[in-house]
Amino acid sequence: MYSEKVMDHFQNPRNVGEIDGASGVGTVGNAKCGDIMRIYLDIDDDRIIRDVKFKTFGCGAAVATSSMATEMVKGKSVNEALKVTNKAVMEALDGLPPVKVHCSLLAEEAIHAALWDYAEKNDLKIEGLSKPKSDISEGEEEEEY
Amino acid sequence: MEQNSQLIYLDNAATTKVNPKVVEAMLPYFTERFGNPSSVYGFAAANKEDITKARESIAKVLGAKTEEIYFTAGGSESDNWALKATAEAYESKGKHIITTKIEHHAILHTCEYLESRGYEVTYLDVDEGGLVKMDELRAAIRPDTILISVMFANNEIGTMEPIAEIGKLAKERGILFHTDAVQAFGHVPINVDEMGIDMLSASGHKLNGPKGIGFLYIRKGVKIRSFVHGGGQERKRRAGTENVPGIIGIGAAAKLCAETMNERSAREKELRDHLIERVMAEIPYVRLNGHREKRLPNNANFSFQFVEGESVLIKLDMAGICASSGSACTSGSLDPSHVLLAIGLPHEIAHGSLRLTLGDDTTMEQIDYVVDTLKKIIADLRSMSPLYEDFVKKGSEVVKAD
Repeated sequence: MYSEKVMDHFQNPRNVGEIDGASGVGTVGNAKCGDIMRIYLDIDDDRIIRDVKFKTFGCGAAVATSSMATEMVKGKSVNEALKVTNKAVMEALDGLPPVKVHCSLLAEEAIHAALWDYAEKNDLKIEGLSKPKSDISEGEEEEEY
Repeated sequence: MEQNSQLIYLDNAATTKVNPKVVEAMLPYFTERFGNPSSVYGFAAANKEDITKARESIAKVLGAKTEEIYFTAGGSESDNWALKATAEAYESKGKHIITTKIEHHAILHTCEYLESRGYEVTYLDVDEGGLVKMDELRAAIRPDTILISVMFANNEIGTMEPIAEIGKLAKERGILFHTDAVQAFGHVPINVDEMGIDMLSASGHKLNGPKGIGFLYIRKGVKIRSFVHGGGQERKRRAGTENVPGIIGIGAAAKLCAETMNERSAREKELRDHLIERVMAEIPYVRLNGHREKRLPNNANFSFQFVEGESVLIKLDMAGICASSGSACTSGSLDPSHVLLAIGLPHEIAHGSLRLTLGDDTTMEQIDYVVDTLKKIIADLRSMSPLYEDFVKKGSEVVKAD
């Protein structure tokens, strides 16, 4: 069902974790659909992404796309990171099954959400970045059982 | 994860390994006794008797009459037949059917089809253990109710429904009662008379028999039209040259299952209870889905909070363990299992479900290996889960994990 690259990134996910005092944090997705991604960015004064970490609740594809997306934005400038699309993430993973394409969209959105958070914290405007729709880091109601 | 070379198969609710004795019984019917049972010459006509013997074996397990067993291509066909043909035959009496929200899709989608043809269907809720509530069933019965269809045991959570009570009620009210017993037949005792069952669906491949063969029990006197039109096979109710090897196979499997039922289910229960006890004791934030006592001997279904089912399955697979989940990701849709939602689980808990269904060759050693592996997998996935991170940070909040 999954390519070798997807399996590799699922089995050995890169950049799992949190960043204390991150420059930007974005959480997207929702538990109802079974996928939540959180991305932490550490961005320096030259607007270069020095470090990136993620945490993901989701299927194999969700974990693999998070891992690949973090690899693809690490060391890039904010503007370059913005250009990392879900298509590029999918291609880098040698494709995803059709029902899993939404996972790659989520990875793109998670990066955008983290960048939006960074821009807001620093009162910056990033060309081409709009407020992510599915950012759920604020005011999310808790469902418990 | 050392036992990689040896597959641990804990998905017996999906399908089972064919018993070698069953294969042995079937084999002659492929190359030697291949004749069409409808033919006149002796070597072919003898197959007709063997089919009758298989029918007898199955009838005996159910306490039914031989001629009340009709072979089909499997559980889904039997379910389709029971519902569609009853609906048509009893249309003049009424167009209302009662079933439950936790049925197999072979029932639910057939009901949706009937709704599109002008029938009304009541889908009963179940309680948190997955049991039908008798008072709600009683209240749902109308003068135009023609059929009640409630599964014998649920395929996901293993809950066994109060079949005898439902059968009694249906009989009192003059309503036909069908049960989808695909998961139960050959695994737990069933008696169609004692339980008031009018129709019952079962499948060969859930009881160490072959795939592509099943049967529908139809009580004598129930008028139900033929489902497949053509030749005169199956008392003219289901046409088509008989699947002779399949019929021999399901007959042999049913006989073997009945002979070993007590011993097998006692063994499976012991292993299942050990599995449940260890998982509940050693993995935090877990719940057992389905009724604790009224459940199939071989079924365990858990929800692990903060993790997603498909990731668990892939990691189990890498450790040589076959299991299944009610997560959306395994179903190809965005919604998790309708059964888990029907017992009241929130979506994210339903996404973290895992079903382990034991077989007659499952060992205690395998169960212990599975629990040990599972502990590592759940801890590993939680360490990368944002839901777990939030939970830990909000440590003061109490989460009920029963």
